[in-house]
Amino acid sequence: MPSAIFGSIEAGAMYALMALGVYLSFRVLDFPDLTVDGSFVTGGAVAAVLIVGGTNPFLATILAFVAGFLAGSVTGLLHTKGKINPLLSGIIMMIALYSINLRIMGKSNIPLLSEETVITKLTDFWQGLGLDNALAFIGFVPKTWAILILMLILALFVKVMIDWFLKTDIGLAIRATGNNETMIRSFSANTDTLKILGLGLSNGLVALSGGLVAQYNGFSDVGMGIGMIVIGLASVIIGEAIFGAKTIFRATLAVIGGAILYRIIVTLALRVEFLETGDMKLITALIVVFALVLPKILEKQKERQRKKKRMLQAGME
Amino acid sequence: MLELNQIHKIFNEGTPDEKIALTQMNLDLHQGDFMTVIGSNGAGKSTLMNIISGKLIPDVGQVIIDRKNVSNVKENKRARLIGRVFQDPMAGTAPAMTIEENLAIAYTRTRSRGLHIGVSKKRKAFFQEKLEMLHLGLENRLQAKVGLLSGGERQALSLLMATFTEPKILLLDEHTAALDPSRAELITNLTKEIVGKFQLTTLMVTHNMQQAIDLGNRLIMMDKGQIIFSADEKQKSQLTVEKLLNEFQQIRGEKMNSDRAILA
Repeated sequence: MPSAIFGSIEAGAMYALMALGVYLSFRVLDFPDLTVDGSFVTGGAVAAVLIVGGTNPFLATILAFVAGFLAGSVTGLLHTKGKINPLLSGIIMMIALYSINLRIMGKSNIPLLSEETVITKLTDFWQGLGLDNALAFIGFVPKTWAILILMLILALFVKVMIDWFLKTDIGLAIRATGNNETMIRSFSANTDTLKILGLGLSNGLVALSGGLVAQYNGFSDVGMGIGMIVIGLASVIIGEAIFGAKTIFRATLAVIGGAILYRIIVTLALRVEFLETGDMKLITALIVVFALVLPKILEKQKERQRKKKRMLQAGME
Repeated sequence: MLELNQIHKIFNEGTPDEKIALTQMNLDLHQGDFMTVIGSNGAGKSTLMNIISGKLIPDVGQVIIDRKNVSNVKENKRARLIGRVFQDPMAGTAPAMTIEENLAIAYTRTRSRGLHIGVSKKRKAFFQEKLEMLHLGLENRLQAKVGLLSGGERQALSLLMATFTEPKILLLDEHTAALDPSRAELITNLTKEIVGKFQLTTLMVTHNMQQAIDLGNRLIMMDKGQIIFSADEKQKSQLTVEKLLNEFQQIRGEKMNSDRAILA
């Protein structure tokens, strides 16, 4: 049990990058971007093909980000220059990427188990430092702490970069684009360029996450992105509901927390007797519905109680 | 400073809905001119504003700002020269962002945006100083979300954001129409103060005839896409609402459609 939870936190830290990407499109740009299902795989595909081809895994992972950035930019172009509705631009790109991903990989699955990946390199580096022994006092001994800690550091680093970026002049303009387009245009911003940039960055992060997850799982598969957008949304929504989203600092931290929490919930759910691995997408969908509906029900209940109280007070006087 | 030459604009040309929005429109504003624009619904006032701002491209004619022909310059690029305040107090600000962030966006209207931090210490002091001009105490609420402000406060902030970078042209599109009378008066006074202080070349559309007479140094009346009456500084100083209505009746031979025009 603890090792299953441990694993879900490890994976959660990697999926957090994807969730941060979804946060950028969904919350900051107010653009429900379905490209994610495709660009996640693009990241995995690019990283896997390059690693098998002998490229340095770190470079391969960075190039996965670049590939995702390009995919997101195309979605942006479809929407801004082609005047295609946001949802539709994303769906078109998602479908197009399915074929493109197959082309990149050349087949539907590339195993990475015998390859040197970012994951194996980081683990080796970590063990060279002897840090696992230093952490033995905790009592719980996983295979290695390397992935958990280094991936959390990466997620937090990306979070800090996003926080910073959204406070720069360009970042402010991107946020205003998602908030009030008329306004930001009247202040001389080119909203087309800003949307393309925002969607590029968003999908870059998604692909980076895909690249890391492929290396972590030991394979890249053309179907590994199915439902990814919903997982991203689940992470953002759960995170915001539990940790709050008053400031950008809080919101991005909440997204990371939400991504990890989502993994833990899924892990726990799958331990229930009658549920199977194939039920995961259904569970994800239910979690999202739950996270969206529950706050509203709670709010209504509070309202009703307040009313009752007021009625009672009025009756007593 | 602002020159319109022979502007012509038709909507839905060649369809049964064809509508001539502006025809043979000429305008010449000098540096520091403050012109008010009145006219009934459908007179072409909004089209005029949108053509100057670049939101609409005229079918024929030139828009010249500061001696540069900007007829083919896109709206967002043209916005470097133009400050705008809209009728809807919600339109000019980003509600989910703070006052200081909104001001930072307005501050960078005239330059290209990079990776400079939007609300730097230096800028913050500058914003505070500018906000004091509004006398609303907003300088103490820099980190409040703009969505929490009242309509009047938001419009005052919009006005400041449109003007404190001293645009070549200021366009005010019925910017007091959606406010209650006391707030409208506040914004009107602020407009007078700010336009005077920066000597801004201003074009203001209004439905309030009294306001059109009180503010600015020039006035035009539009109808059916044309200027049907214009008053220079001297003529304007002697205008009254009755005189304006009489002018309209004489020129058009009918009473002004006063469903939205506020007469007093």
